[in-house]
Amino acid sequence: MVATLEPLVRENLELFARLHEQAHAGERKRVAIVASKGTLDMVYPPLILASSAAAMGMECGVFFTFYGLNVLNKKKNRSLQVAPLANPAAPVPVPNFLGAVPGMTFVATRMLKWMMGRQNIPSALELLKVCQDSGVKLIACTTTMGVMGVKESDLIEGVDMEGAASFLEFASKAHITLFV
Amino acid sequence: MPDGTTPDLVLDTSSTLCPVPVIRARQALDKLQPGQVMKLIATDPGSKSDIPSFARTAGYELLSSQQEGKQFVFLLRKGGR
Repeated sequence: MVATLEPLVRENLELFARLHEQAHAGERKRVAIVASKGTLDMVYPPLILASSAAAMGMECGVFFTFYGLNVLNKKKNRSLQVAPLANPAAPVPVPNFLGAVPGMTFVATRMLKWMMGRQNIPSALELLKVCQDSGVKLIACTTTMGVMGVKESDLIEGVDMEGAASFLEFASKAHITLFV
Repeated sequence: MPDGTTPDLVLDTSSTLCPVPVIRARQALDKLQPGQVMKLIATDPGSKSDIPSFARTAGYELLSSQQEGKQFVFLLRKGGR
């Protein structure tokens, strides 16, 4: 019985897949990203993915929440740093007892910036500018703004201020959703 | 050129890594007219698969793709849309 049904089921699944593809052909892909980190090494992935998505013609929105909001904060986004503590994957792993020494954050940050600059990687702010210019929707989490005391005037131009429900509605129609 | 097409624009993204080749390619293609062709040179090993993905997704025609030593050379045509 199962053996006779199998080709029928497969045929219908294939038909469904074909119809689904036809119905969504030419549809603009949407990407929804949550950026929750504010250390320099962790702000790169969402900015790289968002700028690439926009370049590929995808519609992209990035929700900056918790420490990730620093990226949109004019007072803070020029001084994002790398944490030297508890990071055994760093190119030059810093023993934790040294990572706690004053000045080590500065050293770790300088080292990453030097390594990125050597490979002509744009700075985080340059990537943010690409995102802005290419129409990426940049969303500031209003809860984070409240908790951290961030005012609208602290944010860069052209940012939307929204909460979880707005982002979820946007993400519910996304083809790709990522949390960084 | 491999298929005799003369590019309207040559973009050299040598010695940059992802996402720069894709971003610069898009910025350059935006300035071209539909039907025009761009030659893109890249040295990022990821561009070998990134540029075809970019072309497929963004709707550009990848006319050719070849490797010359450490360089990847692509010919992209801007479509009608």
